Amino acid sequence: MGVKIDRTKCCYCGACVSICPVNCMELKETRLTVDNNTCINCQACVRMCPVGAIALQKELKAKEE
Amino acid sequence: MDNQYDLIIVGAGPSGLWAAEKAASAKLKVLVLDRKQEIGPPKRCAEGLGLGWFKRLGLKPNKEWAVQPIYGATLIAPSGKSIQMRTKKVAGYVLERKVFEKHLAIAAAKKGAKIIVKANVENCERKNGIVEVTVNEYTEIKKYTAPLIMAADGVDSRVARMLGKNTANKPYDMDSGFQYEMTNLNTKHYEEKDLNMYFGTEISPRGYLWIFPKRKATANVGIGISAMQEKTAKHYLDKFIEANPKIFENASIIEVNAGAIPVGGFLEDLTSDNLLVVGDAGHMTDPIHGGGIGIAMEGGAIAVETAIKAHKAKNYSHEFLQQFTKEWFERRGNQLKKRLKARLLLEKLSDADFNYLAESLTVEDCLKIAGGEMNGKEKIMLFGKKLMQRPGLIAILSKYL
Ligand SMILES: Cc1cc2nc3c(=O)[nH]c(=O)nc-3n(C[C@H](O)[C@H](O)[C@H](O)COP(=O)(O)OP(=O)(O)OC[C@H]3O[C@@H](n4cnc5c(N)ncnc54)[C@H](O)[C@@H]3O)c2cc1C
Ligand code: SF4
Ligand code: SF4
Repeated sequence: MGVKIDRTKCCYCGACVSICPVNCMELKETRLTVDNNTCINCQACVRMCPVGAIALQKELKAKEE
Repeated sequence: MDNQYDLIIVGAGPSGLWAAEKAASAKLKVLVLDRKQEIGPPKRCAEGLGLGWFKRLGLKPNKEWAVQPIYGATLIAPSGKSIQMRTKKVAGYVLERKVFEKHLAIAAAKKGAKIIVKANVENCERKNGIVEVTVNEYTEIKKYTAPLIMAADGVDSRVARMLGKNTANKPYDMDSGFQYEMTNLNTKHYEEKDLNMYFGTEISPRGYLWIFPKRKATANVGIGISAMQEKTAKHYLDKFIEANPKIFENASIIEVNAGAIPVGGFLEDLTSDNLLVVGDAGHMTDPIHGGGIGIAMEGGAIAVETAIKAHKAKNYSHEFLQQFTKEWFERRGNQLKKRLKARLLLEKLSDADFNYLAESLTVEDCLKIAGGEMNGKEKIMLFGKKLMQRPGLIAILSKYL
């Protein structure tokens, strides 16, 4: 569970942080960190991200398989 | 001793820096902390600022950062038909924000505020009525204390949350923004003296797409859409650029910007013990167009008025600080709440309604509206006449105007 960040896409804008209901994301200057143990998979950040840099881990795996 | 301040401001954006100058001028010992290594970039902004804000804030446009005078707005309906509202006088400016913010920082420092960059605030904790702020400066952990903290840390604010106040936004109240600064645009195909705004559910769902001119043939080309859309803001912007080769064929992208815009979920209370929340952190932006520079700065200044009183009274309790919330809503917030209602109505306009309006308004009508020559009643009369055949629209617009 949790989300995965595509670092080549991320513009470090903080949009995802602003919307996370459980405060599990943090932007430190240009580096976004996520505490996936706290993430509740609500997908708010996935929709919010202006560039599509966030995906649910589950989705990613499904695609990888 | 040296690490003790009267006021610690987290965030060196427009709200924090403007507040710092005001507080330092009133002889408060002020510290400003920002996690970025450089004040200004990356901008999360289209940089438009209306003339009214210059007047309200007592800000003089300076060519170094007010780089493009703007004379009006051109609104483009989904059909492609445009409505131009322009006056002879300058109506606002497009800024070079990275230079603007440096200027604000220099002005604040000159008044005595201390500014530290590359200083990420990791934690804030109340200890016997004083707040201890833990900061990562480069790799060194430092501690600063103050009885009062101002969270001016932008849309992704965490500082207020560190002090127990939840400032997280709800998806419905957010717009997702994406922008390119582009150059070598074809100026024949957009208005270089206006803010160009494109509407339509296909172009920009629940928002608008903009070309804000910034020097010759250069502009901020961006979009803000509802944060609940399936497709990304970047997707819609790229699609528009591809569909409009006349403007963009030979253009180059010289900057990529992204960001979130809180468009209407106002914080009901902007304070708690030892804490004032301002700017984007307090969701202070215009619900219709998303502009927040002027509102953030004004909010910072109003917060400082309360900070000065708290300093004199040595009272930093939630109860005492609440006068800031009251003042802000009286002077700005209630008006913005009304604009939120208007936006909720505007959201109901269909593409067909927009097209109809664009077809039926004349240049003279637009000039009168833009020139402020009409009061609300006259505007309703005008639109009423135009909209006889579309009663749904009349109902919407009469509430709006
Ligand atoms: C795409 C887009 C277009 C926009 N266009 C316009 C426009 O044309 N006109 C307009 O008026 N407004 C516009 N806005 C809104 C405007 O940019 C904001 O309202 C404004 O920047 C808010 O200022 P602020 O001082 O509150 O926050 P910010 O300018 O975001 O500053 C916050 C600062 O806090 C710092 N910070 C955050 N967390 C920490 C921490 N933990 N430790 C240390 N420092 C921290 C950040 O590094 C940042 O420098 C736009 C916004 C977007 C996203
Ligand atoms: S919203 Fe997207 S681009 Fe912005 S910081 Fe989060 S992951 Fe990066
Ligand atoms: S999915 Fe929801 S809980 Fe998880 S990081 Fe994104 S916004 Fe936060």
